Amino acid sequence: MTLLRAFLIRFVTTIVTLFGVAVIVFVVIRVVPGNPIAMMLPPGATDADIARLEEQYGFDKSIFEQFLIWLGGVMQGNFGTSISLRQPVSDLVLGRLPATLELSIVALFIAVAIGGALALTGTRYRDTKTEGAVDVTAGMALSIPDFLWGLILILLFGVLWPVFHISGRISPSLNIDFSTNFYLFEALVRLRFDVIADLIGHMFMPALALAIPLAAIIAQLLKQSLKETMHLDYVTLARTKGYGENYVITREALPNAVLPTLTLVGVQFTFLIGGTVIIERLFSYEGLGNMAIDAVINRDLPLIQGIVILFALLFTLVNLFVDMLYVILNPRLRHA
Amino acid sequence: MSGFLSIRNLTVRLKSGVTILRSVSLDVAQGQVHGLVGESGAGKSMIGKAVLGTLPRALQVTGGEIWLDGENLLALPHDTRRKRIGATAALIPQDPLTALNPSKRIGPQITRRLVDILAWTRSDAEARALELLGEVQIPDPARVMRSYPHELSGGMRQRILIASAFAAEPKLIIADEPTTALDVTVQKQILRLIADMQVRHGTSLLFVTHDLGVVSKVCDTLSVLYAGKVVEEARMHRFFMRPIHPYSRALLAATPTYLDPTGSLTPVPESVISAVEEEVRLHDVRFGT
Repeated sequence: MTLLRAFLIRFVTTIVTLFGVAVIVFVVIRVVPGNPIAMMLPPGATDADIARLEEQYGFDKSIFEQFLIWLGGVMQGNFGTSISLRQPVSDLVLGRLPATLELSIVALFIAVAIGGALALTGTRYRDTKTEGAVDVTAGMALSIPDFLWGLILILLFGVLWPVFHISGRISPSLNIDFSTNFYLFEALVRLRFDVIADLIGHMFMPALALAIPLAAIIAQLLKQSLKETMHLDYVTLARTKGYGENYVITREALPNAVLPTLTLVGVQFTFLIGGTVIIERLFSYEGLGNMAIDAVINRDLPLIQGIVILFALLFTLVNLFVDMLYVILNPRLRHA
Repeated sequence: MSGFLSIRNLTVRLKSGVTILRSVSLDVAQGQVHGLVGESGAGKSMIGKAVLGTLPRALQVTGGEIWLDGENLLALPHDTRRKRIGATAALIPQDPLTALNPSKRIGPQITRRLVDILAWTRSDAEARALELLGEVQIPDPARVMRSYPHELSGGMRQRILIASAFAAEPKLIIADEPTTALDVTVQKQILRLIADMQVRHGTSLLFVTHDLGVVSKVCDTLSVLYAGKVVEEARMHRFFMRPIHPYSRALLAATPTYLDPTGSLTPVPESVISAVEEEVRLHDVRFGT
C-alpha cells in the first residue's frame, strides 16, 4: 500500500519535472537568436520562401501556440520531425539512445571498479604513504575535467601507443546484422566475441575519460565512509573473533559504508550522462550527445527538444533506480 | 605466571609519548572473575583492548608480557596471535546498540565465525547458536536468528552478544562495561546472566567496570586502576573488609549505599588524589618515562 503510494507520488513528480523541462527548453531555444529556417535554405532565398517554410513548420505562430501543438503531438507519441535530418525525432533519438546508454553504463562500471579499488586500498593501508598516494591520485583525477582526460587518452593510446580506436562506435567493415542498437548487449547475448572486442576497442577511451572523475569521487567518499565505519564497535568485535583486516574491511565495514556513497554515485552518474555530450563529440561516437551538438548547431528545434526530454527522463529513472537500490541494501528501510 | 590470563608489566603509550598504562600486572585465575575498576580515563578498557589486540592505532604496547593459556601473546606473529585470540578469548562489548552489524541478520553474526575461523559445519554452528540464544533466555530464538539488529531492543541485543561471546566456548571473556549502556532495570538481569553463564561454562572473566557495586556482586578478585597504574590488587572479600591503598578506601567511601540513600555523597579527597598522583609520578621517574 505505502509502496504503491510512493510509486504514484514518484510518477506524478516525474511527469511534473518533465513538463517543467519541456517548457524551459521550448522557450529558451526559441528566444535565443538564430533562425532554423534560414539555416535550412540556401543563401539568397527570398523572404517569401522563408515565410512559406516558417508557416509549414508552424514557426509563424506564437510560442504558446507552438507549445500546445507540440505537446499535443507528444501526447500521441509524436515528437515532431527533425528539421535538419527530415526524419521523425522519436526514431532518431531512440536509434541513438542505446549507444549512449552503453557508453554510460560501461563508464559507470569502470568508475566503480577503479574508485572501489582505490577506496579499499586506501582503507587497508590507512594512515600510511599508500593512503596519501590514493588521495593524491584521486585529487588529480578529480581536478582534470573529463574532456581533458579524453584528449590525454587520445594522445596516449591513440597516438603514442595506438592500441584503441580513437573515433566511432564500431568498425564499418564489421558484419553485424543485429536486431537492436544495443550492440554491446546483443553481442554479449549472441557471444559474438569479435564484435565485443571491436566495441570495447572503440568504447574504452571515451568510457574511461568519463569514468575517471567519477572514480575519484567514489574513491574519496567511500574511503572516508569506510574509515569511519572501521572505528565502530561491530568492526572491533569482528577483529576479536579472529578475522583479518581484509575480511573486516570488505565483509563487515563495506556493506554499511557503501550506503552514503550510493546516493552520491546516483547524482554523479547523471552528470556522467551529461558529460557524454562532449566526450561523444571528442571521440566521434555516434550517440545522443553527438547528435545533440549537431542539433544545436543546426537550430533543429524539434530534435533538441526530443533529446533534452529524453535526457531528463534518463536522469529521473537513474534517481529512481538508486532510491530502490538503497532500500534493497539497507535493511532498516526494507520493512518500512 | 600464575593465572590463566597473566599480564606482566604491561606498558602502553600513545605514539606521541604519553603513557596510558604503567607496568600493569594482573592475573585472572582459571574459572574466576577478576574485576578491573577505576574512574573514567584510568585505562581500564585499554587493558582489555591490549589483550584482544584491538588497541587504537595511535597506541602501542612498549613493554611487558600478556600470557594467555601459557603463551605470551605479544611474542607471537601478528596473524597467529589474532587467530589464537579468536579461538580462546571473546569480548562482551559495552554498547549493544553499536556492536552488532546493522546490515546482517543475527544468525550469521553468531555462526559465521564458528564456520570461518573454527571450521565448524554450518548446521553445527546454527544448532549451537539456537541453543545459546535459549540459554540467554531469548524467546523464539529461531525468529531472532532471522532478525536484523534494529528490530531488537538493547537488552535483547546484549543477550545476543553474550550468547555470541560464549559460542565458541572461549577460555577467557573480557566484559567491557557490559551494563553501562543499558537501562537500570535491564542492567541487573544482564549482570546475573553474565555471572550465571560464567559459572556454567567455567570461563575466566575479566570484568571491566567503574561500578564497585557491580564488582562486589560478580567478582572473585579485583584490581584498582588509577592513571594507568594498578594501585591495589586484592581478593574480593579482603578488599571490601580492609582496603589497603588510601585511594581504594576513598573509592569505597565514595560509593553511594543502598541503606543510606539520603546520605551525602563523599568525593575522593584532594589529599588522596595528590598522594596517588605523586605515586604515579614516582613510578614514572623510576621507570624513566
